[in-house]
Amino acid sequence: MKVKVSHLPYLLILPAFAYLMFFVGYPLIQALYLAFTENGAFSLATVSRTISDPRFWDALKYTIGLAAVIVPTQVVLALILALVMNRAFRGKDLALYALIIPLTISDVAAGLIWYAMLSPSGFLNKLFLNIGLIDNPVYFFGYQFRHMEFLAIVLAELWRATAIVFVIILAGLQMISPEYLEVAEVFGADYWTKLRKIVIPLLKPSIQSALIIRTLFAMQVFGIVWILAGRDIPILAGEGFYQLTEIKDYGVASIYALTIAALSIVLGAMYIKFMRAEYLEVKE
Amino acid sequence: MNEKTKFMLKQIAFYTFVFTVVAWIVVPLIVATLYAFSSKLDYYDPSKIIPFHYTKQWVNTLLFVLGALDAIKNSIIVAVLTIIISFALGIPAGYAIAKFIFPAKDTIKLSIIALRMFPIPVMAIPLVVLYIRLNLIDTLLGVALAHTAMALPFVVLITSSIFAGVSTELEEAAMVFGLTRLGAFLKITLPLALPGLAAAAMFTFVMSWNEVFVASVLTLQRRTLPAQILSIMAGATGGAAPDYYKFAAAFIMMLPAMLFIFFARKYLITMWGITLK
Repeated sequence: MKVKVSHLPYLLILPAFAYLMFFVGYPLIQALYLAFTENGAFSLATVSRTISDPRFWDALKYTIGLAAVIVPTQVVLALILALVMNRAFRGKDLALYALIIPLTISDVAAGLIWYAMLSPSGFLNKLFLNIGLIDNPVYFFGYQFRHMEFLAIVLAELWRATAIVFVIILAGLQMISPEYLEVAEVFGADYWTKLRKIVIPLLKPSIQSALIIRTLFAMQVFGIVWILAGRDIPILAGEGFYQLTEIKDYGVASIYALTIAALSIVLGAMYIKFMRAEYLEVKE
Repeated sequence: MNEKTKFMLKQIAFYTFVFTVVAWIVVPLIVATLYAFSSKLDYYDPSKIIPFHYTKQWVNTLLFVLGALDAIKNSIIVAVLTIIISFALGIPAGYAIAKFIFPAKDTIKLSIIALRMFPIPVMAIPLVVLYIRLNLIDTLLGVALAHTAMALPFVVLITSSIFAGVSTELEEAAMVFGLTRLGAFLKITLPLALPGLAAAAMFTFVMSWNEVFVASVLTLQRRTLPAQILSIMAGATGGAAPDYYKFAAAFIMMLPAMLFIFFARKYLITMWGITLK
């Protein structure tokens, strides 16, 4: 049997699409079922069990709080880095190579690496003790130091995930045609004017996509928090993990997961609203 | 202050900034590596910022006693399975998006991207129930199937931009000389796209290698490296293992990823420009 050519692209896409639909569709239905039924009938018992637990609200608060601190800082930092790295200088290739190393380092590894920097016998404490900046080690870990744990997570996440924002913005910078800047130069614009009037507006799509991609992933932050703070800093994915693996309460775990999904859908709607799909592609 | 000193000062400030940023990235990697091999005494001695005495004990214990070596094997199997399945499904779709014009193309592409945004915990937790029923729980195939769902949108998008980069004229010319569309794809497009596909495969490998939530939830005995490390290092209360094991773990985990960056750095900007994490 000969397949009609006009159907060919759909046939080629179908397996991938069906696979993704299954792995998104089935879990979603199953999660709703686990969350909203009890003994086969509709019930809000699981929901009330979850929301009466203060840890749920703490997890929501900390997840959003971490994202609110980390993501904007990352975008500003990445923008500065991209502007610096977008010009020619000696050693640029080496610096670029160093900057993208964290792209491939997992959140678990990044957590462990930052533990080596910040632990009581870690590098920074020993360094500062020896040059006399501090008299006693600064404690970052343990329940009584949870504000410091928060800071440690922020530091580790900035270290690990700023690279991806940097790369997206750098790719955006490289798409800006030098002609615009040359024209501005002819009209006597200085660096700041060019940055404000040309570069930043043209970078807006890259900045937006980096912003929202990072925010979405921040909603599911897990490994780095689990390594550095355990449950001292409750987060949605971590509490869901705990409910599933320790308490074996699939329903409550599902509600944590669905909360992440709901946050993601809200942010995703923003993403659809503010951006067009074409910006996700690299232009030659 | 004349122009020349001003320029010099600017240059110094610029290089200081670049140096600081590079140090901020690189120093933690060096510290974690040195501490991974530090002797216990040197590590706990507050006057030794950098250890002098080195030992392979921690890395060895982690690998051979605490099961990291088996976990590495599991990680490699899962990652390779993920590459095979996601490329088998993703290459045809990527090719279709790159080479055909058809109704609803943009919608399909957008929904594939949207599916990538689907949070991993929502996928993983219900899968536990399904996997128990299908006898896939605690199997490497089960983890690979879930990792494929994570990697597939990326594979579709990246292969489509790679195929779009291969000129259609070459393929048409081959078809004029009597090859079928499949033949032209296999003989012309695929070989030309191979370096890009190899980079995409390496990246898929790293994505699977680094993933921890799905792997931790879906396995108990046959854990991948991040899942195994997570369960050794942090119980529910956090901080279970002694410090030097943590550094040994960090060292083992970051090594392959850094090798990948070294081999694939040429493609990284283009690839990461469009991907999502």
